[in-house]
Amino acid sequence: MSIFVDDDTRVVVQGITGGEGKFHAGQMIEYGTNVVAGAVPGKGGQEVHGVPVYDTVDEAVEAEDADASVIFVPPAFAADAVFESLDTDLDLAVAITEGIPTQDMAKVNKRLGETDTRLIGPNCPGIITPGEAKLGILPGNIFSEGNVGLVSRSGTLTYQVVDNLTERGLGQSTAIGIGGDPIIGTSFVDALEAFEADPDTDAVVMCGEIGGEDEEQAARFIGEHMDTPVAGFIAGRTAPPGKRMGHAGAIVSGSGTGTAQSKIDALNEAGVPVGDTPEEVADHVEDFL
Amino acid sequence: MKLHEYQAKSLFADAGIPVPDSRLATSVEDALDAVDEIGYPAAIKAQVHVGGRGKAGGIKIATDREEAEQYADEILRMDLKGYTVDQVLVEAGVDFVDELYVGVTMDRAEGKPVLMVSTEGGVNIEEVAEENPDAIAREHVDPAFGLHPYQARKVVYEAGVDADVALDVASILSTLYELYEENDASEIEVNPVMITSDRDVIAADAVMNIDEDALFRQPDLADMAEESYEDDLERKAGEYGFDYVRLSGNVGIIGNGAGLVMTTLDLVDYYGGAPANFLDIGGGAKAERVANALDMVFSDDNVDAVVFNIFGGITRGDEVAKGINEALEQFDEIPKKVVVRLAGTNAEEGMEILNTDLVEVEKTLEDAVQRAVANAEEVTQ
Repeated sequence: MSIFVDDDTRVVVQGITGGEGKFHAGQMIEYGTNVVAGAVPGKGGQEVHGVPVYDTVDEAVEAEDADASVIFVPPAFAADAVFESLDTDLDLAVAITEGIPTQDMAKVNKRLGETDTRLIGPNCPGIITPGEAKLGILPGNIFSEGNVGLVSRSGTLTYQVVDNLTERGLGQSTAIGIGGDPIIGTSFVDALEAFEADPDTDAVVMCGEIGGEDEEQAARFIGEHMDTPVAGFIAGRTAPPGKRMGHAGAIVSGSGTGTAQSKIDALNEAGVPVGDTPEEVADHVEDFL
Repeated sequence: MKLHEYQAKSLFADAGIPVPDSRLATSVEDALDAVDEIGYPAAIKAQVHVGGRGKAGGIKIATDREEAEQYADEILRMDLKGYTVDQVLVEAGVDFVDELYVGVTMDRAEGKPVLMVSTEGGVNIEEVAEENPDAIAREHVDPAFGLHPYQARKVVYEAGVDADVALDVASILSTLYELYEENDASEIEVNPVMITSDRDVIAADAVMNIDEDALFRQPDLADMAEESYEDDLERKAGEYGFDYVRLSGNVGIIGNGAGLVMTTLDLVDYYGGAPANFLDIGGGAKAERVANALDMVFSDDNVDAVVFNIFGGITRGDEVAKGINEALEQFDEIPKKVVVRLAGTNAEEGMEILNTDLVEVEKTLEDAVQRAVANAEEVTQ
C-alpha cells in the first residue's frame, strides 16, 4: 500500500508544454505514472508524449477523469495554477515550482483550508510510490518497493537518504518531499499521520533542516500519536547562526528555536533516534525492521 | 531584499505615515548642509544593511554643528560589522516621551500575516519576544480579505497603548499593512514609533524587507536594490546568483539543493574537516552555472580541497559533468583537488562524460566527503 498516490491515480500535468513540464511528464510516464492529460492555456488540442492537452484543468478533468495534478508553472503564474487545481476539486495537487511569492502562498493556503484537496509543496520534488506512480521530479531509478515511509523538507536530501536505504535493500512505501518554503500544503504531521494509518508502512524516516518549528511540532505528534517507529535526520548542524542557507526556511534565528540542536533534542525526547549521517539513519531503520 | 532606512521611510512618507524631516548625505559637507536646513538636535544614521547600528556606533545625535561634523566624519567610511558606510541619513531629532514597537510580518506557522504591537519599544524587540512574549500583542490577518481597520485598533488597545494616541497608532499600523501587501514585503518593523510631548506619533525608524521571489512584479523596488557584500567572493556569488555563505574552514563545498549542501557541510565536519563555504547551485543548473561555481571556490584562498556533491532530480548529471569538464579544461594545472560525486537523474551519462583525468570520483557521499577531507589535510601538512 501507499499514501496519497498509487497506480490508480490519474494525473493532469499543468504546464506540460514547457521545458521542465515536458521533460518530467515524459519521465513520469516512463516510470509508469498514469498521466492522462496536460493543461496549458492556449495549447488545448495539442499532444505531448501522446497525452492530450487542454486549455483548462476543468476540461482535462472532465474529459480524462483526472484526480490529481502536478504543477510545472513558472513562479509568476504558479499560485494561479494552484488555485485552478483547488477549484477543480482534485484529490491531490503537487506544486513543483520554486520561488512563489510568500504572500501568494498565504492566499493559496487560505483557499486550501476551504477545499478537500491535498496540496504537496510548493518548491518540492513531489511524491512517489515506488513501482506504482511518481508525481514530480524525483529520479525514479533510486527508489525501490518496500515498507519504509519517508518525508523530507529537502528534495536532494530525500534522494540521498533513499539511496542509502535502497542500497541496503530497505524499500519505500511512499516518499514525499514537502518542500522548504515558509508556507506549504502538506506538513510533516500530515504525512506522519498518513504513514501511521498505513498498514504497509512499518518504519518512517523524517528528514528536517534548520529554521522554523515544523520538526518540533512533528516530534510532539510522534511522541503522542505514533506507534510506527521513526528515524530522523536534521541538516544544518554546522550552519552559523544568523546566516541564510538557501531555502527561505533554512535560517537559523540564533535564539533557541529552529536550530538543528533544538530539533534533534525534540525528536530524541519523542523517542526518535537521529542519525549523524544518512548512513546512520539507514542503520536505525534496519534496527526497527 | 532589505531596503535602507531612508528608502523605507520615503515609502512611509508617500503613504502618509509621519516621519522626521531628513536628508541623505554621502559626504561630510552634504551632511553639514543637511543639518543646517534641519536644525538641532539631529541624528546621523549609517545606512547599511546590518542590525544593531546604534550599539555599534552607527547612529549619533548631534546637538551643534561641531558635533555634526565630527559624527558625520566618524560614521562615513566607518566599518560597521564588515560593511563600509558610504551614506548617512541626517534626520531631525524627535523629542519623545514614549516609544512603541509596531511590526507586520508573515507568521509561517499560521500561514497568515500578523500585526504586532508592544509598548516596550526602543529596545531589542527580539529579547522582549523571548523573555516576555506577552508584552507583544498580536493579531492575525486573513490574507484573502486583507486587514479590517478594527483589527488594527484591537491590537493597539490590547497592547495597552495610551488612549489619546491609540487611534493614530492604529492608523499607522493600517497603512503599514497596506505597504506590506502592495510591496510584497516579508517584514516591516518600526522600532521605535515615538510619541512626543504634544502627543504626535512619528515613525522614527523603519525596517522593510521585500520578498525576493516577488521582485518580478515590483520593478521599482528591484531598482532600489543596492548590492552590499562583505568581500569579493560574496560579490561574485551575487553576480552569479548563487546562494553562498562563506565559512571559516578549508574544504570547499558545491552541491545542489539547500538540504543536501547543508548535509555535505555537516559530514565534512563529522569526518574531522572544516567547511569553507555553503554553495548551492540550485535546481536544474546548466553547464555554465557549474563552471561558475568552480570559479567561486577556486577564488577562495582558504580552500585547500573541493567536494562536488550532486544528486540530480531536476538537475541533470550530464549537464553537471559538462560544466565540470569545461571549467577544468581551462587550467594547465588544476589549482585544488576536486572530488566529484554524481547521482540521480542522468548520473550515468554524466559519469561517462566526466573527464576523470581532471577530477577524483567517488560513488557515495560519505566516501566523497572523507576523500576531500583527506585531500585538504594533505595540503595543510
